[in-house]
Amino acid sequence: MIKRAMVAMITLCTALLVTLPVHANDLDRFAGLSGDLKIAGGTAHIPVVKEAAKRIMTLNPNIRITIAGGGSGAGIKQVGEGLIDIGNSGRRPSSKEIGTYGLALHKWAIDGVAVVVNPANAVTALTKDQLGRIFSGEITNWKELGGNDRGINLYTRDESSGTRSVFWKKALNKGDIALSANFVVSNGAMKTAVANDPSAIGYMSAGFVDQRLTPVVLDGVTPDAASIRNGSYKVARGLFSNTRGEASGLSRQFIDFLLSDQGQAIVKEKGFIPVK
Amino acid sequence: MSALVCCLLVLLILGFMIVTGLPLFGQSQAMDLLTGAWSPRNNLYGIAPMILGTLWISLLSVTISFPMSLGCAAYISVLGGHKKATVMKGCVQMMTGIPTIIYGFVGVFLLVPLIRETAGRGSGMCILSASLVLAVLIAPTMILFFIQSFDRVPRSWLDAVDALGGSRVQKLVYVVLPACVKGIVTGTVLSFGRALGDTLVALMIAGNAVQTPNSLLDSARTLTSHIALVSAADFESMEFKSIFLCGAVLYLITAVVILGARLIEKRGNHE
Repeated sequence: MIKRAMVAMITLCTALLVTLPVHANDLDRFAGLSGDLKIAGGTAHIPVVKEAAKRIMTLNPNIRITIAGGGSGAGIKQVGEGLIDIGNSGRRPSSKEIGTYGLALHKWAIDGVAVVVNPANAVTALTKDQLGRIFSGEITNWKELGGNDRGINLYTRDESSGTRSVFWKKALNKGDIALSANFVVSNGAMKTAVANDPSAIGYMSAGFVDQRLTPVVLDGVTPDAASIRNGSYKVARGLFSNTRGEASGLSRQFIDFLLSDQGQAIVKEKGFIPVK
Repeated sequence: MSALVCCLLVLLILGFMIVTGLPLFGQSQAMDLLTGAWSPRNNLYGIAPMILGTLWISLLSVTISFPMSLGCAAYISVLGGHKKATVMKGCVQMMTGIPTIIYGFVGVFLLVPLIRETAGRGSGMCILSASLVLAVLIAPTMILFFIQSFDRVPRSWLDAVDALGGSRVQKLVYVVLPACVKGIVTGTVLSFGRALGDTLVALMIAGNAVQTPNSLLDSARTLTSHIALVSAADFESMEFKSIFLCGAVLYLITAVVILGARLIEKRGNHE
């Protein structure tokens, strides 16, 4: 009995010794570091950043990483004002923002902005023209698009959202969004809203799409990893982590970790396109 | 004297809010900002839809909450047996401690789908849903205030009803309620103030559309949600500056409401 336990222990230890260095490689950079790292902004980034933070904090109890949402605008503003260490944005900060705050940009993933509907909806493909007419409030019933006789409920995001700004520029060609559209405050809230409402249409980070939602085929292209990577799905953007001035200390290590093999593996695992 | 100081202080803060919001008026017609539509793309920063949304939601929630709260308070103070009343009062007191976000959450997952399916149109995120949840949220404020005022009715009056052989209902209708009109009005007005100031429920449930609401099933945005949604915008933008005006308007409405409530209360004490 004891012998068997010993054997099991030794096997386990050997297994750990063999596998640990391989996984810990990219995390080694945090060895001996301590302190707080405050991250906020884009809500599309959260799954990846959270997973990275979890791995870092498990190995280094002296490092505390806090993650908040708020939207890309909030992320850029807060990091610019020095309230947080890393401000995430789901769009490239404008040249004015970069100039005002002296931001350094770090792009670590590519993400599509997918148009989503409820799985109960029979309409699963649209043209950009139809999409524009839906969001401007010209088409108000799914019947007109070959769906059920139900009113269309629009869901959009607030001005601070990078997802909104990318969607508005690249999918709506800067067209109007009807005043009757409901506003939700994050990619997560968008998912909940559309997943619960059979007549909903909204847009969100392609990395957030799961089986509770149907991504709409836009102009014949499905927003998936392949089409976003090869550029055939046009409504895409980079996911940025911005720092005020060149990143240093913990921020530097965190961003380098996101760009490392392990970091990029997390990016892929969470449904985004790695940049490397 | 102290009342005067209080009034002055309130007015002073109000004045400060208006002064900070003032630069906005230089750039645009004041009336356009207060009565116009919100469309940043067309350089329109009117907050009228938000003012209306705020009034619709808070007035409706008070309307829903008032009968509920009055009945509950009457039961606890006058109608109910001692044991049941104590348990109920405990529940109400516990309700005051429930975080707003819990109500918001329950609203999103239970009430919104129910309203959507029942109404057969719209998304369920609307004035009605938000008002219903808000009604529950402000009920404890109202109930506890009503109870407080009911309990101030002199013991001897209640004993007199008992001596005359009056029932509990008669006690409530002929003695307690007439004696507490001012307390009831004050409690209602104060909870209206609470409804005006709440952010999270409306933000999560009302839908936040920037349209002028036309029906109870329309999505609407309150001043508080508007501030929460826009405060992340660029500091230099007009969107961001407009939230000072929202703040001033919200302050003005709330100040008038609270001031009114206090005045009613003061006058009640003199009699």
